Amino acid sequence: MFKIVTKRVLSAVNKLMEIEAPLVARKARPGQFIILRVRENGERIPLTVADSSKERGTITIIFQEIGKTTKELGSLQEGDYLSDFVGPLGRPMELPSSGRVVAVGGGVGIAPIYPKVKAFYDAGLEVISIIGARTADLLILEDEMRAVSSELHICTDDGTKGHHGFVSDLLQPLLDDTSKKIDEIIAVGPLPMMRVVAEQTRPYGVKTLVSLNPIMVDGTGMCGCCRVTVGGETKFSCVDGPVFDAHQVDFAELTRRSRTYLDKEKIALEKFEHECRCGGEK
Amino acid sequence: MPLEAEQVKLLRKMKEKHPMPEQDHAERIKNFNEVPFGYDAETAVKEAMRCLQCKDPACVEGCPVEVDIPAFIKLIQEERFAEGIKKLKEKNNLPAVCGRVCPQESQCESFCLRGKKGQPVAIGRLERFLADYELAKGVETPAGPDRTGRRVAIVGSGPAGLTAAGDLARMGHEVVLFEAFHSTGGVLRYGIPEFRLPKEKILQREVDYIAGLGVDFRKNVVIGKTITVDELFDEEGFDAVFIGTGAGLPQFLGIPGENLNGVYSANEFLTRVNLMKAYLFPEWDTPIKLAKKVAVVGAGNVAMDSARTALRLGAEEVHIVYRRSDKEMPARAEEIEHAKEEGVIFNLLTNPIEIISDENGWVKGMECMKMELGEPDDSGRARPVPIKGSEFIFDVGTVVIAIGNSPNPLIPQTTSGLELGRKGTIKADDNGATSRRGVYAGGDIVTGAATVILAMGAGKTAARAIDRYLKSL
Ligand SMILES: Cc1cc2nc3c(=O)[nH]c(=O)nc-3n(C[C@H](O)[C@H](O)[C@H](O)COP(=O)(O)OP(=O)(O)OC[C@H]3O[C@@H](n4cnc5c(N)ncnc54)[C@H](O)[C@@H]3O)c2cc1C
Ligand code: SF4
Ligand code: FES
Repeated sequence: MFKIVTKRVLSAVNKLMEIEAPLVARKARPGQFIILRVRENGERIPLTVADSSKERGTITIIFQEIGKTTKELGSLQEGDYLSDFVGPLGRPMELPSSGRVVAVGGGVGIAPIYPKVKAFYDAGLEVISIIGARTADLLILEDEMRAVSSELHICTDDGTKGHHGFVSDLLQPLLDDTSKKIDEIIAVGPLPMMRVVAEQTRPYGVKTLVSLNPIMVDGTGMCGCCRVTVGGETKFSCVDGPVFDAHQVDFAELTRRSRTYLDKEKIALEKFEHECRCGGEK
Repeated sequence: MPLEAEQVKLLRKMKEKHPMPEQDHAERIKNFNEVPFGYDAETAVKEAMRCLQCKDPACVEGCPVEVDIPAFIKLIQEERFAEGIKKLKEKNNLPAVCGRVCPQESQCESFCLRGKKGQPVAIGRLERFLADYELAKGVETPAGPDRTGRRVAIVGSGPAGLTAAGDLARMGHEVVLFEAFHSTGGVLRYGIPEFRLPKEKILQREVDYIAGLGVDFRKNVVIGKTITVDELFDEEGFDAVFIGTGAGLPQFLGIPGENLNGVYSANEFLTRVNLMKAYLFPEWDTPIKLAKKVAVVGAGNVAMDSARTALRLGAEEVHIVYRRSDKEMPARAEEIEHAKEEGVIFNLLTNPIEIISDENGWVKGMECMKMELGEPDDSGRARPVPIKGSEFIFDVGTVVIAIGNSPNPLIPQTTSGLELGRKGTIKADDNGATSRRGVYAGGDIVTGAATVILAMGAGKTAARAIDRYLKSL
């Protein structure tokens, strides 16, 4: 059992939790993820390690309440326990040794991009960050991101904060500014966003990385559920990734595969919400 | 009640095994309950009477863990069941599992003298009987031996790891077993289905028995990620490590369309159903998607399990697609029989060449070719050769690929000084010793995908070798 030591509500749908998992905390590096199960008959879901502390023996996760499992997770309180928590999984991200990096985080992707930006920053790189969300209330980690970025650009789809529009709008001038060479771009967010960024940077030939979050079961390479096509080859995201070259990823296939269980997810969610309304009986 | 001498005489002449009652096939494909019910005491004693108590018993040679078969059968003949199970457990820590999943027809029973004329003694069913008898009565844990003060780490809780762990604990060593999943048993848990090996009723009880011997189970620990083998020695203070991580890497066919929605590796398909209990969705959260018509590629135990699972999940038509002929099918005889009884359709000498997509990226068919058998290949089996112009399309909506598993590279990649075999296996000698001092390995990680009992045999041998090694320190 793994104890929730801290819980913070970041927005109406985003929550942060610090989980006691000393073995995982000793090893976790930026780019890696964990898999958790809320309770005995729960699903195994992957979440990016947002932060870790060897001293406190904890791993921080940030999640958006979308489906049944994340909603249920969000309903837990400090002092509650998760039945399973395993990691760190996946390959740590490789850091460029010097240069200028642009980090793009959209919506759910702001949480997973944060530890990467922090790692760049700690390594002495110049990081220009762009974060965006649907609306101002859903924009998370603004202060945290500002603290580790040399520049922070903000946008919202509805214009309630920062630029009125998409992260790609803010990225474009950076790509066009030939006086400032970009060595690497990393983008994390919903699949359509990552796809757009990949297409946008392709003609410029700038190395662009994305961190994928496909459906997973074990997270150790034993099921193949997380397979993605990268550069024409099948890769297992959980062991070969989750960070891949955006220009090589087959986003159409990934998008399609991520929709495999949409109908079932809806059933699970409706059942969960019904039980909540009925006072949480079994 | 003891049998009359006359009756015993008749039984000794009986050519066939006593049948084991089982769920009717029309009924059982609607549930996940175990198929065979097992012998009752009376039938077990009668079947035991068929054993001739050979002076030089051939059956024992066929048992990878050297169970004293005539001795435990004699105890059944004498209705001394409690002693019988003790005898069995001297050599086999997981008899309720083995009685259910071992390929007895190619092991002990294939050597049995009675098999020369008629059927061999039903050794597997008798083993199962004793194990179930004990589980019903309550399992006795043998008294703990003196502690040696030595610490052994076991990696993986499949049959190899469980056996090594149990034996080493019985030798007085402190044993910690690390398992990547949230649940123990390896393939026994995530691969072999409930209807063949009940998880709570049987597997969990056998695991509890191993825990009772003093083994400390640490789940949710991926060795190579959470802790490396090097760290087990350097930081965690273990004196020896046994690696029993199995062959968990699914192989795909490498044909177009394998990443379409509706294509599963057998590992994923079975893990969703067995470990994550997708058949109980939405009571359990993990879903599975299945079309009305399902094709399973392969003809081993894994393929039979996938096919029979698909039926129970409600598929209307389930096909086995296999590129060789029925003689080469590697599954246990009983599994093939059960699959046929349940209505699985066998398409032999048939090889998939492409999986076909509908307009939304879901499987809508699988193109195959007919094959014929040619000259034997490296494995000694006849090589299947495609017949020109025999292409045809199977109209299926789900495809399960069950053509084999390779060893998971996680540990080999992260451990220094481990020599590897050609196919990513870990090299170990006859005692399970690897190229690195203090590191032993056994089961599918060494042999490639094999059987439960071979993995257990390897765990047993390695435990003895580790014990000798620890005494030499
Ligand atoms: C569907 C199916 C049906 C089968 N049916 C039969 C049958 O009827 N009869 C038969 O004899 N054989 C059968 N087999 C084969 C048999 O199950 C295997 O040969 C046997 O389980 C191998 O045992 P093992 O202990 O080597 O490995 P496994 O059972 O594979 O166990 C390995 C364990 O190690 C864990 N692990 C892996 N990597 C790590 C890591 N890095 N850190 C921590 N833990 C790790 C895994 O999660 C797993 O729990 C079947 C196999 C399958 C897949
Ligand atoms: S070979 Fe057959 S008859 Fe002989 S002892 Fe073994 S089980 Fe009994
Ligand atoms: S999640 Fe199973 S192989 Fe990646």
